[in-house]
Amino acid sequence: MTLNATLPQLLRRNAEQHAGRSALREKDLGIWQTYNWRRYWDEVRGLALGLAAAGFKRGDKLAVIGENRPRLYFAQLAAMSLGGIAVPAYQDAIASELAYVLDHAEISVVVAENQEQVDKILSLKDRLPHLQLLVYDDPRGLLNYDDPILKSFEAVQAEGRTFGETHPDYVEAAVGAAKPDDLCLFSYTSGTTSRPKGVMLSHANLLDPAEVFAAAEGFRAGDEHIAYLPMAWVGNSLFSLAVHMHVGFTVNFPEKPETLRRDVREIGPTIALAPPRQWENALTEIMVRAADASPTKRRIFEFFRKVAERAQLCISERRPIPLGTRFLRGLGEFFVYGPVRDQLGLRRARVVYTGGAPLGVDVFRFFRAIGVNLKQVYGATELSGLCSVQPNSEVDPETVGRMLQGMEVRIAPHGEVEVRSPGTFKGYYKQPDESREAITEDGWLRTGDAGFVDKRGHLAIIDRAKDVGRLYDGTSFAPQFIENKLKFSSYVGEAVVFGHDRSFVAAMVAIDAETVGKWAERHNLPYTSFQDLCSRREVLGLIGDEIRRCNAGLPEATRIRRFIVLNKEFDADDDEITRTRKIRRRFVTEKYAAVLDAFYSGESEVELSTEITFEDGRKSVLQSRLAIGDVDEPSPPAAAAARRLEEAVAVAG
Amino acid sequence: MLNPADEELLAATAVSKRFGGVRAVEDVSISVRRGEIASIIGPNGAGKTSLLNMISGFYRPDSGSITYEGRDITHSRPAQIAKLGIARTFQNIALFGGMTVLDNIMLGRHVRMKSGVLSSFIYWGLAQREEVAHRARAEEIIDFLELQDLRKELTSALPYGLRKRVELGRALALDPKLLLLDEPMGGMNQEEKEDIARYVLDVNEQWGTTIILIEHDMAVVMDISERVAVLDRGRKIAEGTPAEIQRNPTVIEAYLGSAHQARERAA
Repeated sequence: MTLNATLPQLLRRNAEQHAGRSALREKDLGIWQTYNWRRYWDEVRGLALGLAAAGFKRGDKLAVIGENRPRLYFAQLAAMSLGGIAVPAYQDAIASELAYVLDHAEISVVVAENQEQVDKILSLKDRLPHLQLLVYDDPRGLLNYDDPILKSFEAVQAEGRTFGETHPDYVEAAVGAAKPDDLCLFSYTSGTTSRPKGVMLSHANLLDPAEVFAAAEGFRAGDEHIAYLPMAWVGNSLFSLAVHMHVGFTVNFPEKPETLRRDVREIGPTIALAPPRQWENALTEIMVRAADASPTKRRIFEFFRKVAERAQLCISERRPIPLGTRFLRGLGEFFVYGPVRDQLGLRRARVVYTGGAPLGVDVFRFFRAIGVNLKQVYGATELSGLCSVQPNSEVDPETVGRMLQGMEVRIAPHGEVEVRSPGTFKGYYKQPDESREAITEDGWLRTGDAGFVDKRGHLAIIDRAKDVGRLYDGTSFAPQFIENKLKFSSYVGEAVVFGHDRSFVAAMVAIDAETVGKWAERHNLPYTSFQDLCSRREVLGLIGDEIRRCNAGLPEATRIRRFIVLNKEFDADDDEITRTRKIRRRFVTEKYAAVLDAFYSGESEVELSTEITFEDGRKSVLQSRLAIGDVDEPSPPAAAAARRLEEAVAVAG
Repeated sequence: MLNPADEELLAATAVSKRFGGVRAVEDVSISVRRGEIASIIGPNGAGKTSLLNMISGFYRPDSGSITYEGRDITHSRPAQIAKLGIARTFQNIALFGGMTVLDNIMLGRHVRMKSGVLSSFIYWGLAQREEVAHRARAEEIIDFLELQDLRKELTSALPYGLRKRVELGRALALDPKLLLLDEPMGGMNQEEKEDIARYVLDVNEQWGTTIILIEHDMAVVMDISERVAVLDRGRKIAEGTPAEIQRNPTVIEAYLGSAHQARERAA
């Protein structure tokens, strides 16, 4: 494409052309501190010299581990400047998961955020034969550590200054020599089905989609973005590295994850990216706060919410909005929508995205209705994160939009979505067989998702291709579709739906501790612990009602008949979901085999022993007896959604 | 070894305190060296808090003397003692519930502020600069104690464990050379205790602050203190390193409930 550059080359360009403009902004000691482009480059160059002095060379791998922090970006770009490869790791991964990735990627340098991460890496030292240097950002608590591989960020930069005196143009020469097709990033997949795989991406892989994305969406240098997603997620690298280098807007870093909400309000980002989970949580929180408000306020909120949804429905069905609704919507903007957006910190937001997993239709509609320009994007790690986005005028909850310029999509005969894009990866690191399998002979990436392309040319995703199941009688159903419907209920935290090769659909529900807790308070239902709350008959009844509501939008045959309320939350530490919060369906099916047996053998209770893994890797077993709920009352058929699903599944074949 | 007198930061010599007929503290001497973490342990009513109150000037000893950095502070008032760099926390949290976390910590900076009402009025610029500098220090403490998300919360709305942490922050705001902690982990669960223990160690390591700790949790005391003094019924019955204290038969008896045998032996 037109950029024909590497990420460090763009950084240098920005440092020369926009030296004084703000590049990064970090809240430190309560005050937003700005790094301009000149400083960004100086920090990167300083660290690169230090790494070079320590022997880091072309092709070496550097891992960063921690929350989104400027220094972790300096580290990634320093590695890339020397022709090395950056490997962002999930900061909440437990030691054994981390060991696998760091060892597999042959990491020689790790840059860790703080003592917690340093401790984790030091405990794995014996299993990491390539590790030579461990650099830390925050010195807190590390003063008395004397491991020889451990150095502070400042110390490495100081060694770089000495090295720089004898090698003044070392980094500049290395940056100049690099080619856009050089590998620069290994993005490890979160491993929905198996061990994480190292997706190898080049500068061009990241920058080409970044360029067409920025052009399609009109990003500007004056935009404000907030970086808080896991650094290991490819969407974060695409946005906060590639698009950032290309467009030159400002990336803001919150003080710490707990202050995110307040920091977002202070910054007022103009563009934002959040996974579906975040939007679901935001909606839940709005609902909780509305329920806790005074009756008058609650009524006002409910009234204008309905107005907004009526208007939204008109827009999506391309009907004109009636004059009265139009007027009320104006009032609502003043009383409800504006203030709610302000609370979310989205008052200045021009466009916000959801991606990485499907978002419930109702959640999507809610945010659109209150005036948030929420759009779905679709991509895969193997596509450098992004291939399609909804144009502003064609936003629709059921599709993930149109292919970006230069990218194409087709549906394979078995229903799988295949994409051709300049972002297509260079293979999985050290896994040639899997790499060959991922791409068709004519160069299309097999995404593993089932979907279809509608009349307008929009791509719609139904589910993971291998997850689309068939009931015993042959009716096909998409578990994720049903789960997302369930999750619209603010009481449902996570849900897993079963039914493949069985006679009916059954669901396992993990409740949302906060909302169900509040509900219990309101209904004077005493409980001692989360587990106790989950095992209450009343809670079973509550979730039963929610399931009935969800069933109303499903075809008769794929309605949920039986369910269970789990007494724990799904946890990535227990391997039940991935770090990006996708259900590991196969694993869950095996782990809860007893529940499945009970569902389909008609038992009314199930004896369950679940293993819980604590953050430090310790395990304990939870013994419990859980009741199974039945949903047998026939509920009124709700045609629209049901038909839509049937059509979708029919297309997917 | 250095000459112990050089290292000594605080010494209480034969201090006693009576309340009517009750002998709260009787003839107790302790010495604390610069940069160490010293603990005072003992059963309820042993006189630990009374001793701390005498050091911080809340009580005046009936007899004996207290010296700090070589000067006699036996009869100094609490505010004077605070100015000398001795800060404390309280067993029952003493915060302003109607004020935010940040304001409570800023309040701790008060003794370090120079501009009074009049000078603040006249030298507005100077007073403002001073305020900014103190705010910066308060932010360092907030960062240190990881209270960033609670800056603007009212302390009355915080759970107990966090209020204890804010109180530690308020004491740290004095930039103390000597920090007196009266049961900073009381009423906390194991995880909260470990957090506070880590903060205490970090304060000591990062700023070299000398610490006198009163605490009931033996595991924590033995883990983080360099020296331990044991009080029982107002008297000091033992002193030494954690290992020595754990082996000391008098201490074991005092703690195993045969308190009066221990008293007979001491008498």
